[in-house]
Amino acid sequence: MKIRIKVNGKERDVQEVSLEGILKELGFGEAKVATAVNGEFVPVTARAERRLQQGDRLEVLAPMQGG
Amino acid sequence: MRDFYGVTLESPLMLGTAQYPSPAILAEAFRASGASVATVSLRRETGGGQDFWALVRELGVRILPNTAGCHTAKEAVTTAQMARELFETPWIKLEVIGHSDNLQPDPFELLEAARILCEEGFQVFPYTTEDLVLAERLVEVGCRVLMPWGAPIGSGLGLNNPYGLRSLRAYFPEIPLVVDAGLGLPSHAAEAMELGYDAILLNTAVAKAGDPVAMARAFALAAQAGRLAYEADPMEPRDMAAPSTPVIGKAWLD
Repeated sequence: MKIRIKVNGKERDVQEVSLEGILKELGFGEAKVATAVNGEFVPVTARAERRLQQGDRLEVLAPMQGG
Repeated sequence: MRDFYGVTLESPLMLGTAQYPSPAILAEAFRASGASVATVSLRRETGGGQDFWALVRELGVRILPNTAGCHTAKEAVTTAQMARELFETPWIKLEVIGHSDNLQPDPFELLEAARILCEEGFQVFPYTTEDLVLAERLVEVGCRVLMPWGAPIGSGLGLNNPYGLRSLRAYFPEIPLVVDAGLGLPSHAAEAMELGYDAILLNTAVAKAGDPVAMARAFALAAQAGRLAYEADPMEPRDMAAPSTPVIGKAWLD
């Protein structure tokens, strides 16, 4: 059973419900990224336990140029 | 010399990493200028983030992540939390934008975000206006660095309010001060440092120059010159001329 979530603003259907599993499923497994769910920061250490639900908003952010 | 949360910087130049013609030119600009700090941001991962991270680490400078583009305290706090984990530093350049035309900080949201982040153990570098009362409040909530703007971000107008910047320097003798944003020319950097500022932070003036590497070096030299001048205790200006060559002993040649 898949759930539909928003990943960086785009709708995605994912199999996994743990944030850690979802990141792997989306191809971010090894990437240096930081995550937030519904506007709240989720640290790396909490990803395995953090479960996502239908309609959740996931932000996956990476280092980027800045001033 | 004032330190930045216990860190003494080798160079007073803090340089942004955006808008360069290429990653190679970005890296060369850092090498040529000896900049001590690189500002970076966080954005949605679309593929380039990992290479950029590798590039920034190779620069061998301190990383100062920003909260650019945030308009509320809540957004800025979450971004800062993500930045702390991603870049493995408690340093955060706190930007909470209040107006889309001049990108000036929202003082109310900025103060609230600074309060929360200082409580959470962040070492906050607030991008602020030169408003003395706001600066005082930022220090009260725990900021130990202040970064007033010279002029609106990306404008290159230089120091719009030297009086305000000078007042901050006089009022906060112990707090490291950085002119952040609005510098367009090395002379602006020298001016800021001559006021007794501890560092300058810029991006566009270097990245958008015809030769970013040369301009980065020019800014570094100007900042050093300005600092030396400040430390050398400049003369007081005066309205009337005063001859520098001795008058006594001049020959009678009429």
